[in-house]
Amino acid sequence: MTLSRDQVRHVALLARLGLKDGEEDFYAEQLSHILEHIDRLGQVDTEAIPPTAQVVEMRNVMRDDVIQPSLTQEEALANAPEARDGFFVVKAIQDADPG
Amino acid sequence: MSVDTKTDWEAVIGMEVHVQLATRSKMFCGCSTDYLGQPPNTHTCPVCLGLPGSLPVINRRAVELLLTSAMALNCEVQEFTKFDRKNYFYPDLPKGYQVSQYDLPMSRHGWIEVGGKRVRITRVHLEEDTGKLVHAGDALQSAETSFVDLNRSGTPLMEIVSEPDLRSATEARDFAVELRALLRTIGASEADMEKGHLRAEANVSIRPHGSDELGVKTELKNINSFRALQRAVDFELRRQAEVLESGGKVVQETRGWSEPEQRTFSQRTKEFAQDYRYFPEPDLPPLSFERAHLDALAKELPELPAARRARLVARHGLSAYDAALLTAEAELATLFEQVVGHGAEAKPAANWIIGEILPAYSGSLPAAGGFAALVKGIAAGTFNREQGRTILGRLLDGAGFEEASAGLSQLSDQGELAAIVDRVLVENPKIVADYRANPSAIGPLVGLVMKASGGTANPGLARELLKDRLDR
Repeated sequence: MTLSRDQVRHVALLARLGLKDGEEDFYAEQLSHILEHIDRLGQVDTEAIPPTAQVVEMRNVMRDDVIQPSLTQEEALANAPEARDGFFVVKAIQDADPG
Repeated sequence: MSVDTKTDWEAVIGMEVHVQLATRSKMFCGCSTDYLGQPPNTHTCPVCLGLPGSLPVINRRAVELLLTSAMALNCEVQEFTKFDRKNYFYPDLPKGYQVSQYDLPMSRHGWIEVGGKRVRITRVHLEEDTGKLVHAGDALQSAETSFVDLNRSGTPLMEIVSEPDLRSATEARDFAVELRALLRTIGASEADMEKGHLRAEANVSIRPHGSDELGVKTELKNINSFRALQRAVDFELRRQAEVLESGGKVVQETRGWSEPEQRTFSQRTKEFAQDYRYFPEPDLPPLSFERAHLDALAKELPELPAARRARLVARHGLSAYDAALLTAEAELATLFEQVVGHGAEAKPAANWIIGEILPAYSGSLPAAGGFAALVKGIAAGTFNREQGRTILGRLLDGAGFEEASAGLSQLSDQGELAAIVDRVLVENPKIVADYRANPSAIGPLVGLVMKASGGTANPGLARELLKDRLDR
């Protein structure tokens, strides 16, 4: 499977990565190699293996609904590049919530 | 569709409702969910801040509240379920993904009865809430920056998706009202729309009557009350009809509801399709439910609003309309039943609750015993309506019935009242003359008797005595 430049641009946009000129071709080739490698896994016979989303054999790991202490506001904001009045400060967002 | 347009359009509406579950702690960490009105970023920890290396653990109570809700919505609970990561970038989502459920939601295929009609529920799943962006209303905020508060980040959130079975703005509203009553009854959520516990989004499209194809839909957001929901859907139905009738095409997009402008507006920004790249959440082992556990939860379900409505109608002879008003607020239905249990008659009790308590209801109720005594006192003629309102106000302020009704009783003494009636007739010859021309003018005379008695007269008796003298 070979990735097109458009696909690389799309993936970069989703990951919020800026690509310089020429990098699209570079990553198209590199990512295509990775996908080819992954494709080889498709040759394994998985007929008798159930689909699995988890490698650990655990189920139903839950906690009781009990409150634990939170961080202080100062601690929560300690690593923020910018904070003001107890808030994290980010570049203005005016468009719709994408979620 | 109640829209004045050329073509006979049919509305097709599906709902997507997000509900904050009433847990004490968050979905995947022990931070308190009691952050309303608290300073920003005071209810966070490494897990809900999305700090590297932190690991989530599922809140058992949130899972149980979701299962209970799903059962109340007649859904099939899936025996095996898992969480997935929904990937997107937004400043209120610190991890860069939301933990949600994709292909194996906790439950599917349910229904809820709305106004005698079954609305199908597609799925009910569990996820986590995002933080909050503060866009405006802060003097320090400039056009270049937004502020982020992550107190809400990681609050357990239930998403309920319906099939497009609703056919009018009123039905959409009724759906949300019914859902709220249901969730409050089972204690899954406070479900207060204005506080953001329950956030309804409507997917709206129209099609010519008789068609079974679906039109292009828009998704309505920013809806903060039942009234706003009804108005937003109504506006959008009309807008789409106008677009189509003027030869245009409806664009699939998200539209926000503007309360000040009473209209929907496009929130479309970038022209690329959503691509969330869901994959299984590796940090959370899957869940499976034992039949016995599910059966035990189902047994604990309280009586649901639909059943309660039916019972209020059958046992107490209330109209379907009154029963619906009472059960929309479970506490009011409970008060009604307690008051009847104290020996008050059902209909006057319902009338007083619906007429005098419901309109300004914000959570405070009179004690059932005192309120029952009041309803009985009015039925027996001890108090007139005005006095009843005064007593109710005192009961709501916490007074006992004796204290609340002290000094208040209706003047029903024939002789005493007759003296007042005679005086009013002598003093108001003009109104008496009006009455002779038009007998409906008795109203002002009754009012004058009430006034002359200092509000204590029995209005029925006053009317009788007036008529008796005037028609003699």
